[in-house]
Amino acid sequence: MTDDLTPWAFLKEFTDARIALGRAGTSMPTRELLKFGAAHAAARDAVHVSADFGPLAGALSAAGEVVLQVHSRAADRAEYLRRPDLGRTLAPEALAGLEGHLPTDVVIVVADGLSAGALAHTGPLLSLLLPELRASGLSVGPIVLARQARVALGDPVARALGARLVLVLIGERPGLSSPDSLGAYLTFDPQPHTRDSARNCVSNIRPAGLDMRVAAWRLAHLTRQALRRELSGVQLKDEGGGPPPDFAHLPHG
Amino acid sequence: MACASPSKSGDELAGLAAGSAQEREAARQILADLPLSLFLEDLLIPYEADEVTRLIVDSHDAAAFAPVSGLSVGEFRDWLLGDGATAQALAALAPGLIPEMVAAVSKIMRVQDLVLVASKVEVVTRFRTTLGLRGRFSTRLQPNHPTDDPRGILASTLDGLMFGCGDAVIGVNPALDSVDSCVGLLRLLDGFRQRTGVPTQSCVLTHVTSTLEAIGRGAPVDLVFQSVAGTQAANSGFGIDLALLDEAHAAALELRRGAELGGVDLAGGSGDNVMYFETGQGSALSAGAHHSVDQGTLEARAYAVARRYRPLLVNTVVGFIGPEYLMGGKQIIRAGLEDHCCAKLLGLPMGCDICYTNHAEADSDDTDTLLTLLGAAGVTFIMGVPGADDIMLNYQSTSFHDAWYVRRMFDRPPAPEFAAWLEQVGLSRDGGLTLPGRAQMRGLLATAELGE
Repeated sequence: MTDDLTPWAFLKEFTDARIALGRAGTSMPTRELLKFGAAHAAARDAVHVSADFGPLAGALSAAGEVVLQVHSRAADRAEYLRRPDLGRTLAPEALAGLEGHLPTDVVIVVADGLSAGALAHTGPLLSLLLPELRASGLSVGPIVLARQARVALGDPVARALGARLVLVLIGERPGLSSPDSLGAYLTFDPQPHTRDSARNCVSNIRPAGLDMRVAAWRLAHLTRQALRRELSGVQLKDEGGGPPPDFAHLPHG
Repeated sequence: MACASPSKSGDELAGLAAGSAQEREAARQILADLPLSLFLEDLLIPYEADEVTRLIVDSHDAAAFAPVSGLSVGEFRDWLLGDGATAQALAALAPGLIPEMVAAVSKIMRVQDLVLVASKVEVVTRFRTTLGLRGRFSTRLQPNHPTDDPRGILASTLDGLMFGCGDAVIGVNPALDSVDSCVGLLRLLDGFRQRTGVPTQSCVLTHVTSTLEAIGRGAPVDLVFQSVAGTQAANSGFGIDLALLDEAHAAALELRRGAELGGVDLAGGSGDNVMYFETGQGSALSAGAHHSVDQGTLEARAYAVARRYRPLLVNTVVGFIGPEYLMGGKQIIRAGLEDHCCAKLLGLPMGCDICYTNHAEADSDDTDTLLTLLGAAGVTFIMGVPGADDIMLNYQSTSFHDAWYVRRMFDRPPAPEFAAWLEQVGLSRDGGLTLPGRAQMRGLLATAELGE
């Protein structure tokens, strides 16, 4: 009967916001209460479930990529949440594994961040992005998989590997309607105390958000611009827009 | 000060928190014996180094301070709880208090003290609606959309209005920060307001420089929004200083939009509250600008910035910043009550975005608890977000339903102008929520121009 009290369900067509929910008295009806609880549970699990890098590492290795794994100084999720400073620095033993690689233009760091579920989108994104960057004549690699990592962990990784630019793909803070959102942060010439204003960000990469193909195109465009102009951040504008029709299509449709 | 603060993850992150429970209680006893007047002499952040300190010291009203000038922090708590601390006495005292004094006393107050003392204070402000009247309770309608889609924003706005929400402001956080986009949103909201005839004000919560540019382009700006913090360096991180806020305040006053409907004489001080500020514990530390001062005290200092501009609305966004500053429900609840009480004592029309993120140890039970406590404390306004789920900012706040819970539990209707409008268009009868007749309903739904 609650629907009779909010007879404007047609407005739902215009937004994903939780509108026209009905009411029990003036309170939330049971149906919506339970939906909300389920969505919160999904977002909580996205934060706390441990990232499974196995399938991604396997697929990348099979495709001939050099894959390295590192860990931040945050020992576990509880410490990661309370101590952002530890999530930004490499565990001492991780540095050794980064030695002995040839310097490249671009290194890509895949970080668990706050959403393990977002990692599912990195494979498809990289399968579009890597060929595009290499077709532009850029050297790319290795791919570094990072646990308990924040965006700034990419800086010491890039410095250890001698890369000119670091691209960090990271699980974003999950929302109730978007537990699997992936963010991409691009930093030219990362330094020990790089300011956030020196990074470019493309966010909300997920099937129901920013399309994988559009994201790959924007990131390739930003990367080329950053390396050519030797800067990133507020001075490098993301003009937005979509890729031209001849830009790569997703391998599986 | 920091050692006397209740446990907060942000103070621990900054290395300022008490090392043990006993150390914390010992610090509280020392703090309780300090004279209030000490905070005027022994400045936590040097006068020379910080323009917020200079503002606090230079604007202090010694005559207003006189009734409590001889008290210690502990005696001040007793005074606040006493019968002599009436609404009138507290209003007269506000210009004599500085943030460090109210932050200090809040650290030795229990939850019930924070509720009781705040509930005594009455701070009334006005633009098109009159906010903060005793026995009233208001809501900001927050119809955000991930791509700023105008139809999406109006759909959520209409949903909120049908629930009787939005008397404090209809305020959108834009997803895109371009001035063009903000001007578009301002025109959208103002057009909608005029079609419905709803007495309220609109706001696009963008950076003050963007709002200034929008004013320059002739956009319909009711309120100027800005996030503010308690140190000059943290404000610099937000890209603002007092001179910039002065300029924006003057520009908004010049528009004289607040007097539009009421016809009340501006000289009488009505209708000219044109600023909207947001704050939140932890913002200074997150900008590396905390001067080794605890986050509760720095938050109170942000209120000194806010009160310079006689704002229509101020709210703390208490659970938004994440678990590294407020770990979970218990810390968020405590911080929300501290912020509300401190701001009210300093004379601000204080609301609260009662909220949490999905990486904090909090859930709807915690927001319900803080909502109930703030309802009892007489909070000026809360947020109204469809289903409590903000699909743009990705956090959970309070819903239109939550606002009605407070109305019913504490018998507090919205601002009088807005309440009259709800009755007139058939959305409310005898203080309850109802549906208008079919024709009136069609008319209302048509105001969004979305078609059926």
